[in-house]
Amino acid sequence: MSNVAVNDELKRVPLVQGGMSFEAVTDLVCKPVETKAPSWWFIALAISLSLLLLLKSMLAYLFWEGVGIWGLNNPVGWGYAIVNFVFWVGIGHAGTLISAILFLFRQDWRTGINRFAEAMTIFAVMCALIFPGVHIGRQWVAYFMFPLPNQMAMWPNFRSPLLWDVFAVSTYFTVSLLFWYVGLVPDFATIRDRAKTKCRQFVYGIFALGWRGANRHWRNYERAYLILAALAAPLVLSVHSIVSFDFAVSQLPGWHTTIFPPYFVAGAIFSGFAMVVTLMVITRELFGMKNIMTMHHLECMNKIILATGMMVGYAYGMEFFMAWYSGYEYESFAFINRATGPYAWAYWIMISCNVISPQLFWFKKFRTSIPVMFAVSIFVNIGMWFERFVITVTSLHRDFMPSSWGYYSPTWVDVATFVGSFGLFFTLFLLFLKFLPMVAIAEVKMVMPEANPHQEDH
Amino acid sequence: MTVKGIIAEFKDPGALLKAAEATQAAGYKNYDAYSPFPIHGMDDAMGLGQSKLGWIVLCGGAFGLTLGFGLQTWVATAAYKLVISNKPLFSYQAFIPVTFELMVLFSAFCAVFGMFALNKLPEFYHPFFRSNNFRKVTSHGFFIGIESQDTQFDKAKVEAFLKGLGGDSIEVIEE
Repeated sequence: MSNVAVNDELKRVPLVQGGMSFEAVTDLVCKPVETKAPSWWFIALAISLSLLLLLKSMLAYLFWEGVGIWGLNNPVGWGYAIVNFVFWVGIGHAGTLISAILFLFRQDWRTGINRFAEAMTIFAVMCALIFPGVHIGRQWVAYFMFPLPNQMAMWPNFRSPLLWDVFAVSTYFTVSLLFWYVGLVPDFATIRDRAKTKCRQFVYGIFALGWRGANRHWRNYERAYLILAALAAPLVLSVHSIVSFDFAVSQLPGWHTTIFPPYFVAGAIFSGFAMVVTLMVITRELFGMKNIMTMHHLECMNKIILATGMMVGYAYGMEFFMAWYSGYEYESFAFINRATGPYAWAYWIMISCNVISPQLFWFKKFRTSIPVMFAVSIFVNIGMWFERFVITVTSLHRDFMPSSWGYYSPTWVDVATFVGSFGLFFTLFLLFLKFLPMVAIAEVKMVMPEANPHQEDH
Repeated sequence: MTVKGIIAEFKDPGALLKAAEATQAAGYKNYDAYSPFPIHGMDDAMGLGQSKLGWIVLCGGAFGLTLGFGLQTWVATAAYKLVISNKPLFSYQAFIPVTFELMVLFSAFCAVFGMFALNKLPEFYHPFFRSNNFRKVTSHGFFIGIESQDTQFDKAKVEAFLKGLGGDSIEVIEE
């Protein structure tokens, strides 16, 4: 084997392909913002807005009538609301993982997709926040969730994981939004400076805050970015750990396990990456972003899906082992009932989607095949929704006393509210694709070889 | 019309870095290197030390931490004494999550708003925005700009200096 061949093999795949210049990258990313939206965009927006209207109607009906319109019963007092909440928060975690943790690990490939994934995070967390917000039943006392002084001198119970959740998720939303905005400032300036109309120059100019690429600014900016990444990394781990405490801190067989925090975090990253792949496969095709969101990016993401899928599979197995090893018959029953009881169908959907389907990604051929990865990402999205359903509902429906056993089925309102939440998500996402640069322009340029000021030294 | 500064364009990040080094060596103070993305090594070339932002964030984090822990301790032991599962009123273990979240929240506020404050942003007007060529700076342009507040500023000298560094499209910004 010659040396040349070895070197070729060892060479890293360029992160931006197609031999693009800085200017070409700017042109490509700014194009959707600066040109008229394609017709499919209007069609997709119309569908999303209809679903958003469905969500609004369902919430209005809920506020009018109360939570009795949901399928909740005794003993299943937690249903779709918490399942959807955990599902959406989990999806959000991929964005923070890509923007913060991969940044700290110096994974340069993240720059092509971080803007996109962070946007997804923010919209997913907005969808998530709806459910705990509306499930309380008495909307007029929603402020009880926050430690606000009131005329009754009542304060929240700070020992409750549900209260921790309020703090965790609202902090997570705020920090993600700030992180996203900081990343957007130089790109707003780019659009301002390219603007052909006064209106665009003015609007983007306001959000750009007068950014002009000065190195004395970049110095503080880069430090802020590093600090935000360092803050967001433990934050994202804490958020889903605290979400899992909602379950794990209770005394219920099936919920009361110490494996929950890491297992929930792995599951969140797993589901979030699947959602990023689903959206990215479509977007890069429709907007011609294949040189920036390359096959290499998708392959990296699929590897993470495989890895986190294996972690989730391990957790499923370990839960069974602990149920048996504990020698606690209620715990053992809860797990055997999960796999063989009335909700066995949900359990096996979860296993097939989350544990079996990602195994295809062991093979490079499947990891780099668009139809396969799209199908698997959809399966994982479905499977991860069912995971939360299985955890919530199967643990509740068989209470300690057989006289208190029940079966939970959602009503049409439950289903319509969940479907409607996708309307909110996709409406925001489509607006993002049209009005904001979907790739972090400044960050992508940093990882191009031309950005290295010492290139002649190598 | 008064002269506000002079800008010169350089062809790539490497040329900009060399030009910034030379400008620093020539003793200019009110100048900056402008680029579409941060350039590795530019802080050293311009003789800038570490950003002070970390100290601001440290204060914010300490404030959030104290606020979170203090609020919960006050509520649990003084304002609203709830006995839950016969746990002590001051059950500090359960206060950790909220304390942590508030620490992160206030640190993040300080990181973002502290960064804008250190950069004196928002600043919607700057004399260099008068230049049409300077609009490239957020896409693919690399500039050195020397401002007229600099004690050494002399229009002819600065122009010659920037030309000597290999700068193109040298532009005197007046307003």
